[in-house]
Amino acid sequence: MEVKREPVGPLGGPSGHVDPRALRVRELNARQLLRGGELEGANPSAHLEGSDFERHVEESVMTTTLERAVAWARSNSFFPATFGLACCAIEMMSIVAARVDVARFGFEAFRASPRQADLLILSGRVSIKMAPIVRRIYDQMLEPKWAISMGACCSSMGVFNNYALVPADKFMPIDVHVPGCPPRPEALMHGVLKLRKMVQDDPDMGWRERYDARGTEEVLADLGGAAAGPATAAVNVPGGGSLQDTAGA
Amino acid sequence: MPDATGLELLAQELRGAQGAQAGAPSGSPVIETLFFRGRGTLLIEPAHIRRVLAELRGRGYAFLASLHGVDHYPQEPRLGVVYELLDMRRVDRVTVKLRLPGDGAEVDSVTPEWPTADHQEREVFDMFGVVFRGHPDLRRILMPEDYEGHPQRRDFPVGGEPVLFTFNEGPRTGAPE
Amino acid sequence: MSSGPGPTISDYRRREQSITLSPLEEQLEEQEGPLSEELLTLNFGPHHPATHGVLRLLVTLQGEVVREIKPIIGYVHTGIEKTAEDKAYWKVIPVIERMDYLSYYFNAMAFCGAVETLLEVEVPKRAQYLRVIHMELNRIMSHLVWLGTSALDLGAISMFWYCFREREKILDLFEMSSGARMHTRYFQVGGVIEDIPSGFAEKLAAFLAEMPSRADQYGALLNSNEIVLQRLRGTCPLDAETLLSLGVTGPLLRAAGNPWDLRKADPYSSYEDFQFKIPVGTVGDNYDRYVCRLAEIYESVKIVEQALAGLPEGPVITADRKVALPPRHELATSMEALIHHFKLVTEGFRVPPGEVYFPIESPRGELGCFVRSDGSSKPARVHMRDPSFVNLQAFSHMAKGAYIADLIATLAMLDPILGGIDR
Repeated sequence: MEVKREPVGPLGGPSGHVDPRALRVRELNARQLLRGGELEGANPSAHLEGSDFERHVEESVMTTTLERAVAWARSNSFFPATFGLACCAIEMMSIVAARVDVARFGFEAFRASPRQADLLILSGRVSIKMAPIVRRIYDQMLEPKWAISMGACCSSMGVFNNYALVPADKFMPIDVHVPGCPPRPEALMHGVLKLRKMVQDDPDMGWRERYDARGTEEVLADLGGAAAGPATAAVNVPGGGSLQDTAGA
Repeated sequence: MPDATGLELLAQELRGAQGAQAGAPSGSPVIETLFFRGRGTLLIEPAHIRRVLAELRGRGYAFLASLHGVDHYPQEPRLGVVYELLDMRRVDRVTVKLRLPGDGAEVDSVTPEWPTADHQEREVFDMFGVVFRGHPDLRRILMPEDYEGHPQRRDFPVGGEPVLFTFNEGPRTGAPE
Repeated sequence: MSSGPGPTISDYRRREQSITLSPLEEQLEEQEGPLSEELLTLNFGPHHPATHGVLRLLVTLQGEVVREIKPIIGYVHTGIEKTAEDKAYWKVIPVIERMDYLSYYFNAMAFCGAVETLLEVEVPKRAQYLRVIHMELNRIMSHLVWLGTSALDLGAISMFWYCFREREKILDLFEMSSGARMHTRYFQVGGVIEDIPSGFAEKLAAFLAEMPSRADQYGALLNSNEIVLQRLRGTCPLDAETLLSLGVTGPLLRAAGNPWDLRKADPYSSYEDFQFKIPVGTVGDNYDRYVCRLAEIYESVKIVEQALAGLPEGPVITADRKVALPPRHELATSMEALIHHFKLVTEGFRVPPGEVYFPIESPRGELGCFVRSDGSSKPARVHMRDPSFVNLQAFSHMAKGAYIADLIATLAMLDPILGGIDR
């Protein structure tokens, strides 16, 4: 019996290599559609052609090995900030405990100072008195940083839909919402691992859009070119599109 | 718990003891007594609260277990403050209640004699708007200090937010200030 | 900040409008000259690893000695009492459970007890024993979390993993009986929602057999440890008189020598059927508070053993169909059961008007629930007298004159649960 294997082409077309970049753009478009946005205006990449398309894809999709390596390292070494608010904090402590051991994945280094942390696990209900403080702590964290909203109270309003609480989405960007009241430690672990997958696959993850932080990209020297340029690595120059002392690009 | 007759005797003694003190506010302190589900309650005039509590302390009820507020809206006087007293020697509880009008609700603070009332009176002030005269530090305790309104009052709305789904989610926040 | 001899209160301190100057500072303000020292106000929290939740402390220090503490709370205020007024009585139970989030069975017990008093329904004996079993397991669990996190604050980090290992076993038991680890909604008005499944008794017996030896291990680790002794022994004592005037109950009061325990003094839910001792301290310092709570774990194990051995047969919830849901098999045959089920699920039961205060002994002290009913199916006022809220007032009395390290140790031994403090 003869078995013929054929790779499936995109959209059922003629068998061929599935271009991950095109697939990625289609994925982004689909997500945009799901969010109720119009393809035309909201996602300009829908009608990009040629070199513009190439450039857009390079900007928005990770391709280089260096980026992949950096993303792998970042995703496997989250430093969560010790931030327990209410009942979910007890279940968050449970993931540090022995049964659901978060140290297996490398995340056991809970840092007390937000300056040293890169993952904020918001565990518990955020009251209106606490919201500005949470925001301040999130601002003190250095890029790249991620936030997990653990539990129903900070994701939506949870059990208490009243005057005293604020859902975390209202004042800070959240990457993963973990439902539950309180979520089991295994559920929180699932959420953290989902975040890890997100960071591994696509480190950019739109946090520049979330922050409206265009123009603050790190500018690295062209490693093959003019190596003699002084101060070519300028990190996070806020608001500056062009850098005067960079030797070329 | 003082049983029903014990409660009546207690109330009578309180009424009687009132006349003996000079400079005490006039009028009978005890408005009514209530014996409900095995627990005795004294409804008193707000002006007499410190005296009544001192008298009860003399009779052995030396532990103020709880001080909390109630809103009887729409009945007037709408705000109530409830004092739960406990006698540890005889394992006896008695409740002292007083009613205050909604506007200008003021009553003497019992914090000087009962230090446990400190935070609890602040909570009643925060949630209901009852001002305790003579309290060392009457500020809001649970709500932010500049909050307007007294949330636990019955006519204060419960509030709440519509749950954010994908269709009603606004632009993502996060731009640093 | 000014240089040279001059006002010794820093500008920052003055700018804190809402905080009044303490008497000590007012004294210093009048004093000038080389003897006056500057007081430093340090803001502790609300985000701090050692504050056991979102507690903010304004600590006034003279050097490293604490002169004054002003706790600022409200950072996890959830409006539980307001939300409870909006829901039918049985729907209040999940809301009220989330108040003191380490002793959820106690929150539910206080509320259910208050409503049962108002309704004058009787809780069957089996339900009372099951309630005792779950409450004492919750007490053990709460003390384990306290021990783990307090040892973490003191620097004995390994204790955290040992205590949470035992806690997982208790949560397994809770999951067996009710389906959830935390906030289980197992206690309902009139009894408990469901009988324990088969296998629960064996698993519980196995746990009870090994728990005392585990508690011995914790004691062996900490009791004679030089650092624990230096940090806890003799630090921040407070006598029982002051504690009583501040309204403090629970292990803090028992550590100071006063054996007040509502389970013995004013028994509820069949506690009078069990024999157990009340651990009492002598000096009232941090070490006594630690030892009292550790000893309470043994006593709770004894109570659960007796309750399990003497567990009577019978219904697990009251037979009054106006209060408790009928069993599902009756719905197929009885019209009345159907009507009761419908009324209970849609509107809920109505409670006769009245006010009741029901106090119980939670792991932190006297937890009382005040319920005012106006005759409808929703409560008109639910207030929880939370022990941590009242115990926090003793904190500044305890820690005055101690070092910052003692402040941390005292805060750990105080066992505050911010969910209960802020509600």
